[in-house]
Amino acid sequence: MNFTFRGKRISGVLVVVPANERSFVEEMRNFNFPEGRSLKLKEVMGYDKRRIVEPGVCVSDLAVFGLQQLFEQNLLKREEIDALLLVTQTADHFMPATSSLIQGRLGLKQDMLCLDINQACAGFVIGLMQAFMLLEQESVRKVVLINADVLSRKASPKDRNIYPMIGDGASITIVERDTVDSVIHASVKMDGSRASALTIPAGGLRLPSSPETARLEDVGDNNLRAKDHVFMDGSAIFNFVQTEVPPLIKDLLVEAGVPVAAVDFFLCHQPNRFMLEKLADKMKVPHARMPNNVVEHFGNSGSVTIPTVMAYNLRERLLREQLQVCLAGFGGGLAWSAMLLKLGKLAFNNITEYE
Amino acid sequence: MKSVIEILTEIRPEFDFAASGDFIADGMLDSFDMVTLVSALDKNWGISIQGTDIVPENFQNLQTIEALLRKSGAKP
Repeated sequence: MNFTFRGKRISGVLVVVPANERSFVEEMRNFNFPEGRSLKLKEVMGYDKRRIVEPGVCVSDLAVFGLQQLFEQNLLKREEIDALLLVTQTADHFMPATSSLIQGRLGLKQDMLCLDINQACAGFVIGLMQAFMLLEQESVRKVVLINADVLSRKASPKDRNIYPMIGDGASITIVERDTVDSVIHASVKMDGSRASALTIPAGGLRLPSSPETARLEDVGDNNLRAKDHVFMDGSAIFNFVQTEVPPLIKDLLVEAGVPVAAVDFFLCHQPNRFMLEKLADKMKVPHARMPNNVVEHFGNSGSVTIPTVMAYNLRERLLREQLQVCLAGFGGGLAWSAMLLKLGKLAFNNITEYE
Repeated sequence: MKSVIEILTEIRPEFDFAASGDFIADGMLDSFDMVTLVSALDKNWGISIQGTDIVPENFQNLQTIEALLRKSGAKP
């Protein structure tokens, strides 16, 4: 489904990463797997360092930390926030909404909208789309989009399929109206019939957590995982991305009348280096124009990875100039999304550490 | 330039790939090995095997891997 927005812009990005850094080489002995094969995997996938929260840290903790920093640095005022959108798959509670908890902890005004959106790796673009729609309302002048996940708390340390790539983090993206009537094109697709390829089977009402769901099971390939843990069918997800994402982006560019060569950067979700290199090759995009280094420095933090690419790879450029970028997210749902927009000059574009 | 069987043996030295007709059914290559293999084949032949071709059927034996290499533009 295609969307078009006019006169909207991202004005600032702050990414919050946990100070706790883990190393693949140190952790690989947790996997019941030969060291030599793990090291080959590290080289191909780009697994190296990643950031995960300490036990007990929740999504709202990361978000409140980042927003307080913006208030203290006078980059954002409490009273300016008309809507607070939180995209997460790892909410603090079933209820209330974590966005309401963030509002309460920060003492934000009552005359505003707080909304949780349950989306995974496609969630940065989907969150932006929601922000743009809200900005159509006269009463909404500034939207704070928070993308945050602490999925490491739901991943089995003995599951080589997913544990080495998981990162935690939050991003805070300020979205507002633009004085220039620029056009933003977006497209999103969903396929719930393939939802079981990326899921946490237990812990909801369908299969409540119990001693049984917490028990580690041998799930093949020397991996141990419980039903309380996140499960990913890696081959299915890989094939989904390679099959669905290139035509989504191609159709979006055709719709916008913008050739691939006119896009300065393709800022994609960051599952691993190999998948992104294959995606770039399929789309005939030079690897330098589709950065793939977030997973090796921070891990895969779901919908936070696209803002992390912006802040880690393009910090200075996006502060001083405007770039034509194509964003693309893909993952749980299954959902896949893309957006073509002019990005920059940003008021801030930083990464900060949560202690 | 290395041969396919040399590359396979580097990835899983414990197996005799010449003696198997189905590497997948015989448990000699898992999905991560396929990724490692594709990366090595890409480098060795200066190609990029398409992501959509990374499916078990293309890695069953030496013949299917060599067919995949030809399809991907590898020059013998």
